[in-house]
Amino acid sequence: MNNGQVLVELEHVSQVYATGRKRFYAVQDINLSIGEGEFVCLLGPSGCGKSTLLRLITGLQRPTEGVIRYRGRELKGVNPHASIVFQTFALFPWLSVQENVEVALKARGVPPKIRSARALDLLDRVGLDGFENAYPRELSGGMRQKVGFARAMAVEPELLCLDEPFSALDVLSSEALRGELLELWLDGKIPTKTILMVTHNIEEAAEMADRLVIMGTSPGRIIAEVHVDLPHPRHRKAPQFLKLIDQIYAILAGQTQPEPVEMGTAPGKPGVTRWLPQIQISDLVGLLEHLAESSQPTYDIYQLTEDFGADSDLVLRLIDTAELLGFVRVGQGDVMLTPLGETFSEASILTRKEIFSTRIRRLPIFQWLMNMLQIAENQSLKRDVIRLALELELPPPEAEKQLNTIIEWGRYGELIAYDDETETLMLEPLAGAAA
Amino acid sequence: MHFLKSPIYELKQTTREFRWSDAFVLLTITALLYLGVHFGFSAPEVVKGPGITLHPSALPYYALRSVLRMGAAYLLSLTFTLVYGYAAARIRRAEQILLPTLDVLQSVPILSFLPVVLLSFSAVMPERLAAELASVVLIFTSQVWNMTFSWYQSLTTLPRELREAAEVFRLNWWLRMRKLELPFGAIGLIWNSMMSWAGGWFFLMAAEIFTVGERDYRLPGLGAYLREASHQGNIVAILWGLGTLVLVIVLLDQLVWRPLVAWSEKFKLEMIEQESHASSWFYDILRSSKLAERVSAFWERVGERVDAWTLRVWPFRPERAAAAPAREDLAWRFFFGVVLLLVGYGTLRGLHLLVQVQWTQWLDILQGVLMTALRVFVALAIAFGWTVPLGVYIGMNARLATWLQPLVQIAASIPATALFPVFVLMLLNLPGGLNIAAVLLMLTGTQWYLLFNVIAGTVAIPQELRFTVTLLGMSRWQRWRVLILPALFPYLITGAITASGGAWNASIVAEYVEFGGRTLRVTGLGDLIAYSTAQGDFALLFASTLTMIVTVVLVNRLLWRRLYRIAASRYRME
Repeated sequence: MNNGQVLVELEHVSQVYATGRKRFYAVQDINLSIGEGEFVCLLGPSGCGKSTLLRLITGLQRPTEGVIRYRGRELKGVNPHASIVFQTFALFPWLSVQENVEVALKARGVPPKIRSARALDLLDRVGLDGFENAYPRELSGGMRQKVGFARAMAVEPELLCLDEPFSALDVLSSEALRGELLELWLDGKIPTKTILMVTHNIEEAAEMADRLVIMGTSPGRIIAEVHVDLPHPRHRKAPQFLKLIDQIYAILAGQTQPEPVEMGTAPGKPGVTRWLPQIQISDLVGLLEHLAESSQPTYDIYQLTEDFGADSDLVLRLIDTAELLGFVRVGQGDVMLTPLGETFSEASILTRKEIFSTRIRRLPIFQWLMNMLQIAENQSLKRDVIRLALELELPPPEAEKQLNTIIEWGRYGELIAYDDETETLMLEPLAGAAA
Repeated sequence: MHFLKSPIYELKQTTREFRWSDAFVLLTITALLYLGVHFGFSAPEVVKGPGITLHPSALPYYALRSVLRMGAAYLLSLTFTLVYGYAAARIRRAEQILLPTLDVLQSVPILSFLPVVLLSFSAVMPERLAAELASVVLIFTSQVWNMTFSWYQSLTTLPRELREAAEVFRLNWWLRMRKLELPFGAIGLIWNSMMSWAGGWFFLMAAEIFTVGERDYRLPGLGAYLREASHQGNIVAILWGLGTLVLVIVLLDQLVWRPLVAWSEKFKLEMIEQESHASSWFYDILRSSKLAERVSAFWERVGERVDAWTLRVWPFRPERAAAAPAREDLAWRFFFGVVLLLVGYGTLRGLHLLVQVQWTQWLDILQGVLMTALRVFVALAIAFGWTVPLGVYIGMNARLATWLQPLVQIAASIPATALFPVFVLMLLNLPGGLNIAAVLLMLTGTQWYLLFNVIAGTVAIPQELRFTVTLLGMSRWQRWRVLILPALFPYLITGAITASGGAWNASIVAEYVEFGGRTLRVTGLGDLIAYSTAQGDFALLFASTLTMIVTVVLVNRLLWRRLYRIAASRYRME
């Protein structure tokens, strides 16, 4: 459907968040152009800045560096030709379904009669006729998002932006809604020229888009682009589809590197600091046990997503963790249990903790923390001290999350203790002696 | 009064104790106070209020006057709230000043201003008008802060995606306010308006009549009626007065607040259908009437016109405009500099006045602080003593709550200051009578709020936890120690903060009373404030008022706020 007309163009676009003297890149040096008739997906793990990129393209935020052009003209302020479907729907709860759609038209000065006719027509098209007078809270999640779609399409945008539109829905409604959106789009029932969707769900992206723009973290940047030529409807079990999925997983999961590269450096040291992925330890154990139970030597990552019925993003984070701890090796979209991982999955609860403990001692970030604790008075430090140290390299909310993860891992591995009341981290006595 | 269903009063507490801005605000108050006292010097020596008749037929008129006074103050509060809240939420520079100001002002004992405000107003305008305005200003200062906080808070906690939606769909400022900000803030505003009205009665009753020495400020109203009735020892008139007061409060509740609360249900943000709804018979009648239908249709047409008009006049502009240009910055600094100079001057003059206070008087003030603090403490202790067991008992028994609740609510709706003359009348001839009356006044002003908080806290204890302690076979004492007290802690602290503020306020009217030609006094800070007003000792008035303000702000910051932080972080049920 791409007829070559360029709609959106980004040139060397960066978005910087400044806290105090520190500057952090949300996204860095993005070059991207999106043409008329395209369905483009921004795909990447959480924290890669894809939502930021969407907000830059719609003009909700202004880039710190670089230029964004719409139809060749530099974008200033909110783009009047774009509209957004939000992850949390962003409906006004005190307005009825029809009023929610109409308010977008009202703001553009459309007179009442035309307004209501257009709103009803759109609600009809998304299959919500009969619900005009309902309030959003009376509707299911899927139906609420349909209102979100109707509202976004009511203003007849050339560029329709979807910000994780299906991720707050249950599996079945999101499946249904995806199908319906594709139908409207492919049959040309909506005046929209281009769709830009943000998602972290690999399968979803591959099912819907013509082009996948794959993003990576710290800083947020584009790491690959994949064109999808498969005809619609795309079947998730079809061999070509699975091949495509495998290819995307391979890009996102990467290749296990030698240990020093994989582990990175400690905060404050030259080189790239390796931050801990945010996962639940019990999920990690579940993943390793699952891998150990299968008789296959290597395992397709997309297969795991299917087995668990989990989100691709979560599975990737878990694999990332397992890889960091040396429990698995990753390559070409496949994951393979290492002997250590095998031992871990078969061990008793206490032995698991010991293995975990020895593994995280090797991580530069834990070595950094334990060194600090050892030279501190009473071998304990206030939470805020460490948070501030982390904030030298991370934006505050990220530092907070990272610290929580560190504490959780440290507690599980019995390296550090944490007193929530006094907000103090302490070296576990035995851990200190051994280290 | 529907405190039982009210969300816990959100004390917007920042996580710090002191900052330079607090000092600035305190100094500004000092300067203003000095200005008031300065004017007070030229207040007339003798003030004669209008006669108050005790005939019941005068009551409707008095009630109307009192309600109008409250209404005027409330309108002022609402206007102030909307403007101030917007400024604080939208203008970053304004926020840096406006927020600490709010924070200090909400903990200042408002009644301590009464003498200064009355004196200074009556120096510059006719006495009648001065008394009228002073009462409105006083009620305004008692009503406005929590409303402003609520509005500011809702403006700053608007979910990001809703804000972005308003922007992407290009709502101009008017539509954004009408469709997004006002609906989002409505519930908080209405709840806080109710609280403000309830609190406002307390101050109205005190502000309608204030007699010290030869100065007799009074206004035709229910508060003055009650005071006059107890002056004359007229029990029948007291009962008439109290009856009218309760009737007015209940009517307002049924005809105004309940319908408003029922109506505001639709502004709930939760996307879940609720089982129970706030109901109001009056709202139901209104909603199903033909007249209401016409009015709302008319209203809609007007709204449509206004919306269209605003869109023409103020087309959409992005919320985050470009950063302020340098010239604006300069203007700000200039403005701030002028304010700073004025405040500095006022403070210096104030200090000059303070120097005139003799050291024996400072000793008196110190003694007053201690005595009043002791009374506040005793009142709080008694309040805790009975509200905690009873509140827990009510909270655990749903059936008991259903029929006790209306009774408690009516009892709570009577402002303590209205009852005070009755206490004095009853306790006048007992040894230490005024002391007991003062503590009683503080108690009546504080205990209900605590009780409601205890009940709310008990109801909020999860059923599973209650089952668990039963299953574990814990003794009664263990149950209290392990479950009930920790679960109540945040609620108790929230209740106590408000309660202690109210008690300090009460001391102004409770410690110095002119009654039946006699002057009754007990040692205390409130007594000193009233006494110095009577004597025309403006240096002492200034010193003691300032001391009260500083004491209460300090206690708030150093004691309550710390406890509140612990409560919020450790004992939260989540």
